[in-house]
Amino acid sequence: MSHNLWVVFRRELSSYFATPIAYVFIIIFLFLSGIFTFYLGNFFLRGQSDLLPFFSFHPWLYLFLIPALAMRLWAEERKSSTIELLLTLPITITDAVLGKFLAAWIFTAIALILTFPIWISVNYLGNPDNAVIFAGYLGSFLMAGAFLSIGSCMSAVTKNQVIAFVITVVVCLAFILSGFPMVLDFFSGWLPQVVIETISSFSFLTHFSAISKGVIDLRDILFFFSLMAFWLFATAILIEMKKAD
Amino acid sequence: METKVEIKQLCKQFGLLTAVDNISFQVNKGEVLGFLGPNGAGKSTTMKMITGFLTPTAGTVTIDGYDITKQPLEVKRRIGYLPEGAPAYPDMTTADFLDFIAAIRGLSGTKKRQRIADIVTQVNLNNVLHQPIETLSKGFKRRVGLAQAILHDPEVLILDEPTDGLDPNQKHEVRSLIKNMAQEKVIILSTHILEEVDAVCSRAIIISNGKILADGTPNELEAKSKYHNAVTITLRNSTHNQVEIRQALLDVSNVHKLETIEETAQTMTYQIYPKPNCSIVADISHCAREKQWEVIELHAEKGHLDEVFRTVTTQS
Repeated sequence: MSHNLWVVFRRELSSYFATPIAYVFIIIFLFLSGIFTFYLGNFFLRGQSDLLPFFSFHPWLYLFLIPALAMRLWAEERKSSTIELLLTLPITITDAVLGKFLAAWIFTAIALILTFPIWISVNYLGNPDNAVIFAGYLGSFLMAGAFLSIGSCMSAVTKNQVIAFVITVVVCLAFILSGFPMVLDFFSGWLPQVVIETISSFSFLTHFSAISKGVIDLRDILFFFSLMAFWLFATAILIEMKKAD
Repeated sequence: METKVEIKQLCKQFGLLTAVDNISFQVNKGEVLGFLGPNGAGKSTTMKMITGFLTPTAGTVTIDGYDITKQPLEVKRRIGYLPEGAPAYPDMTTADFLDFIAAIRGLSGTKKRQRIADIVTQVNLNNVLHQPIETLSKGFKRRVGLAQAILHDPEVLILDEPTDGLDPNQKHEVRSLIKNMAQEKVIILSTHILEEVDAVCSRAIIISNGKILADGTPNELEAKSKYHNAVTITLRNSTHNQVEIRQALLDVSNVHKLETIEETAQTMTYQIYPKPNCSIVADISHCAREKQWEVIELHAEKGHLDEVFRTVTTQS
């Protein structure tokens, strides 16, 4: 990791905690994941000692929480003109894009780690397979990264955070829904099977649920990493192209 | 003298608009170059290209031998830049912000702390070190921006409207800061305050519609003024005939034109313009003595920079 990437990362991460963003995000994340798990997910009634109901709501939770986190990444730099300061400092675009992204990603990791009481509960109540739970956390973390990279790219397009938020939600929703039968049925009448399989292979749900069931397949991990690489690369190109707009 | 900044045929096009149109100039070490021009003249765009924020449509920027498009990091290391409006991260405190900049500039440990302490004293930020930047007044914000730009003691300092929005005292402080640094650096600053050029710049470039219209020392630019070497004379209105006096003044050698500013029962004031490149003040004072006029006031104008600025920028 280059020195400058580290400096950008550190500044960015501490800026979350310098404003109410961090606390609001973490509290709402914990609160909602609790509600989803215990009420909607019937955590107790299922009578099973695992965290499947907890993880299965993460894609939907991330759908609006992560874009809220990501929308400021570049849009705010543009709005406050600090982008001109940042990009005339002796750092590369890669340092800036990666540093900001990693800070946001580590921040979501912190929020994720703070859900540990639920892990303690399930261990207290029963005898869960902790390897599966670990896999769930890993999958959730990777999925958060993918959402964030999309958000980073959309935030680079505009200086308006609301627009960045809305577009990110839409794109992320497309990535979630692309595995749903109702979406695939819509295409299946008139598109060749290969295309439909490609569409469904882009679904976050498919890859995430595989990992969260404890099946850590290299292809699923690779899927998330290549998605992040793609969107971050697009972010860098967009920033380079329209940094002064 | 050592040429630090070299700009060759620089152009920037935004769609159909040509913001900067074939600009070339060089700046040597020790020079303070003032960039003058009306709003939208291309001053900021040029500075953004020099600092590597904008990519030129054509032309080159070379700092200390490094080309901004080929070796951007080498160039950016040598430049300190205060962008227009002095942007800084609003949620950071002054101390955290300077620490961040220092870290990016590769300073660390005691050297970093020492350097930050020096700069903080130099631009007077001690009282606001632990305040978030968003709570600072405009003057302090500008000073934070300035501190950020000079933190690594850059060879080339680029300041986009460094005194904009400051009160007269703050302006004076910033100007003396610039003057103190001038010897070892190249400083390029943009402004539309003309007194600033006289106060700090050793050279000025007037730019309008993306083109360089004039380039010279403030004195050279002032010499382009129609007021350059013009003489203003105020006489007591005694027995003398006004028409006679005016004629006598016009008869002085090299006098081009006479303008009556005021003729009252007590005094008469005239402005006398010389022919190009002539000085007439000695001859006029000689004439006044010879005719035994009662001179209340007599002075020669250096020329008005704002008048030159107006003439030059509205002609094109």
